[in-house]
Amino acid sequence: MTVLGIAGPGDPLANPGKTFKTFELIAKTAPDIKLCLSTNGLALPDHVDTIKAFNVDHVTITINMVDPEIGQHIYPWIYYKNKRYTGIEAARILTERQLLGLEMLTAAGVLAKINSVMIPGINDKHLVEVNRAVKSRGAFLHNIMPLISAPEHGTVFGLNGQRGPSAQELKVLQDSCEGEMNMMRHCRQCRADAVGLLGEDRSAEFTTEKIDEMSEVVYDAETRKAYQELVEAERLEKVAAKDAALADMSDEGMSDIKIMIAVATKGQGRVNEHFGHATEFQIYEVGTAGSKFVGHRRVDLYCQGGYGEEETLPSVVRAINDCHAVFVAKIGGCPRDELKQAGIDPVDRFAHEFIGQSAISYFKEYLARVRSREIVHTVRGDADIRQGAYISAA
Amino acid sequence: MAYKIVASQCTGCSACEPECPNVAIREKNGVFIIDPKKCTECMGHFDEPQCVAVCPVDLTCVIDNAFPRYQVPA
Repeated sequence: MTVLGIAGPGDPLANPGKTFKTFELIAKTAPDIKLCLSTNGLALPDHVDTIKAFNVDHVTITINMVDPEIGQHIYPWIYYKNKRYTGIEAARILTERQLLGLEMLTAAGVLAKINSVMIPGINDKHLVEVNRAVKSRGAFLHNIMPLISAPEHGTVFGLNGQRGPSAQELKVLQDSCEGEMNMMRHCRQCRADAVGLLGEDRSAEFTTEKIDEMSEVVYDAETRKAYQELVEAERLEKVAAKDAALADMSDEGMSDIKIMIAVATKGQGRVNEHFGHATEFQIYEVGTAGSKFVGHRRVDLYCQGGYGEEETLPSVVRAINDCHAVFVAKIGGCPRDELKQAGIDPVDRFAHEFIGQSAISYFKEYLARVRSREIVHTVRGDADIRQGAYISAA
Repeated sequence: MAYKIVASQCTGCSACEPECPNVAIREKNGVFIIDPKKCTECMGHFDEPQCVAVCPVDLTCVIDNAFPRYQVPA
């Protein structure tokens, strides 16, 4: 474990006593664990000094608007200084407190990341302005994520039929903010009680009952250090492979063509998952400038118990429909043919290779085929964002 | 009179508990309850009852008609 974060449901800074007591106990037992905190920012200005004193690594503030006119359609009310405020007044107080809190974090030298939820028709266009406002106040990373609003979740937006954005709508917005600052693309919108890595949730192993049964957790500083060094060595190797492939591309000349590639991976930056076992695909955009990770698409498991499920394939195709190719470690005959029919090239020759390096090699071949007029480059259509919280397949 | 929490609507979020100026709220079986003997409807403390103001579910903290309205002691 490297990072411990305290988030919702229920704002951690609405219950500062318990939040900071947890930090205190962690810092005492495992000093190399990074601490982080998520908040809506309403109470943030009151606690920046304490956050700084606990050496919190970074704070995430959810900022969905910087204009109370827009905010009143997102936040029905707030509870502030022992009073309930509604409508535009509530949104005005909230945005003032959020931006003040962000400025105070920056002044105190604490990293601030901003989360924003993209709600089509309400704040989608406005988020460019939010991006500008948070960047100018020193935020280091902006994570724009899609609204999840299935009616069965029982949220207000879910019940009144507010739709979430499509994959391309989200990507266009993220791209338009990217010139301004770092955009986070790997968000899986995990639940706040998640344990594990993004996309590899291990909450089931750590229920309250099981934690009670564990007698003593051993903190082994030396093993931790050795593992951290191993991870760093792998990372350097991956970067070197990608740089080599990119250097190789420089003699190809420039081109405006960009393609999107979906990758089935278990991690370590490699193409190492079977098509049928993938519960999500990583999406890369590749051009002559190199390959860039642009997001994830969750899918329903295609292969259950060794047999491909025919009815889930169309939903997988819809989730990666904006991609030209899908990289897999292995794929069965049936889905291979159907993907081809949908215009997505199933590719298994990069099995267990690094993703960045493979994407660039594939793109070089693609470009060569376009130039020799063997194929015609087209921009593909839009794709769906699967609704529902990410829950591991186990 | 005092406020009470409609148990069927309470989500057990605990937001009300620390806000009560009379420490009248505690958890019972996963939901929260108000001790009517301690509740002063926040009179003398705040302009509005804090449990009502902070509760995320509308009409969950409501007046309990089984008790007379709270009177500020003379």
